[in-house]
Amino acid sequence: MSLFDNFKDPELCKALLDRIHKELDGELRFMEVCGTHTVSIFRSGVRSLLSDKVVHLSGPGCPVCVTHDSEVAAFLELAGRNAIIATFGDLMRVPGPDKKSLKSAQAEGARVKVVYSPFDALKLAQDNPGDKVVFLGVGFETTAPAIAATVKVAREQGITNFSVLCFHKLVPPALDALVGDPELKVQAFLLPGHVSAIIGVEPYRFLAEKHGLPSVVAGFEPVDILQALHLFVTMRNEGRAEVVNAYTRVVSDAGNPKAVSVMHEVFEPADALWRGIGLIPGSGLTVREEYAAFDAMRVFGMELKDVPAIKGCRCGDVLKGKLSPDGCPLFGKACTPAAPVGPCMVSTEGSCAAYYKYKV
Amino acid sequence: MDRVLLDYGSGGKASHRLIGELFLKYLGNAVLDRLDDAAFLEMSGPLSVSTDTFTVDPIFFPGGDIGSLAVHGTVNDVAMLGARPRYLTCGFILEEGLPMADLERIVESMGRAAREAGVLVVTGDTKVVPRGAVDKIFINTTGIGEVFVPEAPSGHRARPGDAILVSGFVGDHGLAILSKREGLTFEAPVLSDCASLNHLIVRLLETVPEVHVLRDPTRGGVATTLNEIAGQSGVECRILESSIPVRPEVSGGCSFLGLDPLYLANEGKFLCILPQEHAEAALSVMREDPLGRDAVQIGTVRAEHPGKVVLETPLGGTRLMDMLEGEQLPRIC
Repeated sequence: MSLFDNFKDPELCKALLDRIHKELDGELRFMEVCGTHTVSIFRSGVRSLLSDKVVHLSGPGCPVCVTHDSEVAAFLELAGRNAIIATFGDLMRVPGPDKKSLKSAQAEGARVKVVYSPFDALKLAQDNPGDKVVFLGVGFETTAPAIAATVKVAREQGITNFSVLCFHKLVPPALDALVGDPELKVQAFLLPGHVSAIIGVEPYRFLAEKHGLPSVVAGFEPVDILQALHLFVTMRNEGRAEVVNAYTRVVSDAGNPKAVSVMHEVFEPADALWRGIGLIPGSGLTVREEYAAFDAMRVFGMELKDVPAIKGCRCGDVLKGKLSPDGCPLFGKACTPAAPVGPCMVSTEGSCAAYYKYKV
Repeated sequence: MDRVLLDYGSGGKASHRLIGELFLKYLGNAVLDRLDDAAFLEMSGPLSVSTDTFTVDPIFFPGGDIGSLAVHGTVNDVAMLGARPRYLTCGFILEEGLPMADLERIVESMGRAAREAGVLVVTGDTKVVPRGAVDKIFINTTGIGEVFVPEAPSGHRARPGDAILVSGFVGDHGLAILSKREGLTFEAPVLSDCASLNHLIVRLLETVPEVHVLRDPTRGGVATTLNEIAGQSGVECRILESSIPVRPEVSGGCSFLGLDPLYLANEGKFLCILPQEHAEAALSVMREDPLGRDAVQIGTVRAEHPGKVVLETPLGGTRLMDMLEGEQLPRIC
């Protein structure tokens, strides 16, 4: 048995589940912030084993789901400008305002290439010197440092046909906005492992200190998740709220200062639009002036355009934990993975897609 | 000439040279060598017929190539109906400029795969299209075989109480293709499982004729194939996740890429559904063959959720294993 297997151990999970259910007094409404947690909770079967008293809510932690309609419209506009678009695979099927996606744009002749790393996109630029290559910078603090490092390398190597459409979002400001909502009924936060590996634990302290919400940075295996739930129960029973790092095998309390520093060297915080939520001050990243030559918005002279919200889509309420995916009137009817109306259904890590795909 | 020219598809002398010097050299047999307009075959029914077109990229991959794949894929499809595959036809669409050495390597590999499977290539066709009109080479094969069981296995015959078996590790082919295509390397190399299963299928059905369903989980993988069977038979396929054999390197590669091995293609594996009381006998026959050495029971057929595949996780929880919408795409984080 490898160390990895220990975090899937059924016996350990059963013991943790027993303790959670035995020690829990009343209802526990927890929200996971990260899409990978969402999928893991369903895929591992953890969700089907939780009692009704443990209410599971999925938050705004799927980078595809929170990409604003106007941002989707921007990368589709770029695809129509004969640039080579390099993207992570998740974005291929996200519908734009006119229901077009990168996948349909590609079928109509747009040059779109799925890459596994931003450095693959840089290589694409080197291999196609006569074309402009744009990498779609969508994601949280997890992916931003690698993309920043790619921009630095591009500048060092004098590559002038590479740019990034920077729609990165930052998790702590989004959580701050979320907990400020008086209608929010979340009692504990399962904090993202990957994002925390970069930013550490400090940026989440306000959840416990200002709002009294127990919060745990956790890994993605069933034992990680159940251990975090048990910590919520314990903290509540003991009348305390802390931010606990329970993913110490990957996350150090200080995070990865080198990655953060690269990210801040190339990008700077800016206001950002979140799909279904709206504008959150300081919750995004934009390319710094010194690196303007690598900012696709400036290179192509683009501006975000106002895009009307999709009628009937309740993804915003789902992202805020106010509505369960199957509570949306479109769920499974007008909105399915085959014909997604909202982003929560299109992304593999979206909560609607997870409900649709995994719930028996 | 070291590259395929449009001339080779002209029907004239160049075409004849290509047929004589390349195709007959590796695929020739008494039926094909006659070079009539059609193949003269002596067969008796009932028959199993299948056709498939192979467009795999890259054309050479760890553990196989498009030529052997075009034989294995169709031989397996024909065999899954409880038939002995006997004849293949093949159509080639070649891109102008394809290196002749590549074409020769592919045709040679097809010849070898056909001999091993015991099938004859009896008729064929070659077209050459201008550069860019296809990607290097596309191959279509049609197979025909004689059904030798009284009741042919079918996706419609799964019944509650049946056992669901798989002949070995799943996901190898899909990950081998993906890793080669994207230039990804893993600690342990992943090889395609590309193989003809017909000899194993014959032995299995001769020993255990009670088999209800045989299916090779190619594109869409085990998950998609089980969904098809659940839908065709109107039953639930209940799978124990921990019992599905996945190599650690495939599981690791998939976890890195955000893919699920149960949706990855296989080209040398099959699913077998049969009454539970015959499961052990079927597993022993399968395990005697190198291609079925790692065969196991992965689940049972039930009546509860008709048309659905339900997965029991190692923790004892349950979730749906639905068909994929489109292809699997690597995720952001």
